[in-house]
Amino acid sequence: MRNPVLKVEDLSVHFEVDGESRWFRREREVVRAVDGVSFELGAAETLGIVGESGCGKSTLARAILGLVKPDAGRVVWLGDNLIGLDEDAMRKKRRELQLIFQDPLGSLDPRMTVGQIVGEPLRNFFPSMSGIQVRERVAGMLKMVGIAPELINRYPHEFSGGQCQRIGIARALVVNPRLVVCDEPVSALDVSIQAQIVNLLKELQKKLQLSLIFIAHDLSVVQHVSDRVLVMYLGKVMEIASRDQLYADPRHPYTRALIEAVPIPDPVAERARQRRALGGELPSPTNPPSGCVFRTRCPYATDDCARTTPPLDEIDEGRRVACIRQDVVPTGRVLPKPPRSGAVE
Amino acid sequence: MALLEVRDLTVTFDTPDGVVHAVNGLSFDLEPGQTLGIVGESGSGKTQTALAMMGLLAENGRASGSVRFRGQELLGLSTSEQTRIRGSKISMIFQDPVSALNPYMSIGEQLIEVLTHHRNLKRGPARARAIEMLRQVRISDPERRMRQYPHQLSGGMCQRIMIAMGLLCQPDLLIADEPTTALDVTVQSQINLLMGELSEKSSTAIVLITHDLGVVAGLCDKVLVMYAGEVMEMADVEPLFADPAHPYSQGLLESVPRLDREDSGILRAIPGNPPDLVSLPTGCPFRARCDYAFDACTEHPKLEPFDDDRWKRCFLESRPMPKSSEENA
Repeated sequence: MRNPVLKVEDLSVHFEVDGESRWFRREREVVRAVDGVSFELGAAETLGIVGESGCGKSTLARAILGLVKPDAGRVVWLGDNLIGLDEDAMRKKRRELQLIFQDPLGSLDPRMTVGQIVGEPLRNFFPSMSGIQVRERVAGMLKMVGIAPELINRYPHEFSGGQCQRIGIARALVVNPRLVVCDEPVSALDVSIQAQIVNLLKELQKKLQLSLIFIAHDLSVVQHVSDRVLVMYLGKVMEIASRDQLYADPRHPYTRALIEAVPIPDPVAERARQRRALGGELPSPTNPPSGCVFRTRCPYATDDCARTTPPLDEIDEGRRVACIRQDVVPTGRVLPKPPRSGAVE
Repeated sequence: MALLEVRDLTVTFDTPDGVVHAVNGLSFDLEPGQTLGIVGESGSGKTQTALAMMGLLAENGRASGSVRFRGQELLGLSTSEQTRIRGSKISMIFQDPVSALNPYMSIGEQLIEVLTHHRNLKRGPARARAIEMLRQVRISDPERRMRQYPHQLSGGMCQRIMIAMGLLCQPDLLIADEPTTALDVTVQSQINLLMGELSEKSSTAIVLITHDLGVVAGLCDKVLVMYAGEVMEMADVEPLFADPAHPYSQGLLESVPRLDREDSGILRAIPGNPPDLVSLPTGCPFRARCDYAFDACTEHPKLEPFDDDRWKRCFLESRPMPKSSEENA
């Protein structure tokens, strides 16, 4: 990629947890929540990150923002490695890197008014701004996310979930960040409201030329918002590709399984699908399978998959896949090509 | 006779802010073996409908109207009569499987209790039946799982155990409230395949409460679309998805991003927010968010039949035009 704004190189985050107790001693075990993840993100680009719970998507986001300390690797933001920066230097960078949370109401302080919530980052990063300037900027920001500025003195509990998420977005964007990490921003919302928020994020991204990392477990939402998509499993990247490549021809068996599992709201097509549910459960992250971590649930796994960790190879322009069984993995769309619907221009 | 006849079910809650009108005159029938999907946004009354049928409303809740199960009125039953029906003839699966199970009891104890309590089985046969049921819901190594506690199992496994528990007494009716919402897609698809198989094999009727229209499309025979505690539209699953007659059903279907359609770049959101259940608007509750609202909508529309066994609560004479094709025209 030419001139990426963000380069994540071989990033690993490990946690120590209590393991099984043996006699009177507790063994310490290591969870490799993020294990050697690398990717790049361009200016004004949206990267979707998908995977099941426990795959490390949120930890990856937190490590990029410096909220957890990685054990190895680099996070290069506009040429500077963020890992190892001291508090003061990191604080300056934080203005450029913002986060939108999953729980819209829970991520807003219940004792602060909307005006205080959205104004706080401004007072924090721009202490020289006058009260009037802050109030004007906050009012403008609220308007931009679709909250009437008259509501500035209300408290979070007076708003619906969708409105709270709009306020969360305003708080993230008020300091003019360049990168916004959205961690499951719509999964707590109803579909009709989810669509409002997704549309708002897309619109703001275009208007403000933001780079977005959009973490979600919903593959249809990710398809809708992303330029490129990264698929994670047990802390590792399974596949990263452009949105169109990934959905038109998913090359990793895990990506295919994820898409296969999504139910489609069309009774005739849904019942006609020959679906094979992905068997088994997510292996314990303290004791991941040897070789390819997905092999215990993969229909194409062989003994070789247990022996070698598959490299994340570039198999096409812009597409990397960590799978050594490319010769047998089916190609093409998982879902049949749709008839052109009326909704398409 | 229908297995379940719900007539004019109304659920209200007394709260410090006023009376919350959660369900407002809901009526439907369910035939034996049928799967009914109830869809709608949060606050549309889906869960309270289920809880009212089970007699599990919170203390400040009141249900009126009628819920007849095999002809027997369920509302107003004494606690002991309710307990006899719950778990044996009607069972329920909740959204959060881990907290719906008792953390202090092993899986085995919880399953065995259902049978010793409702079927008067001795522990031995109850245990054998429980293990067989765990096998049916594809729990690996069931003997070992019987000794384990809920926190030792994954969410997907706990939900399969809830399903096993719900089906132990071969109930006539299973109420599943968002059974897969808390689960990952791959696990969700395992559970849905399982529920589909079980409903085919047994004659258990299912009321499936969900906001996921894809799940409804896969599992249900009939759909009931709820908004502000009322039925907006009710029909068999195929006509409803192919040709939604109520603007709200249409809005729901259009607001979902889909993997099986080409992406048009923008989602059709339903503007605004659901109404306040303490002070419901007069007239059609959806009119403030409806693109087709006109003068008549200030009156309250009735749920009226049209076509072949379809029902809608809307004054529009013809079907709402799909928004997209309207724009193209």
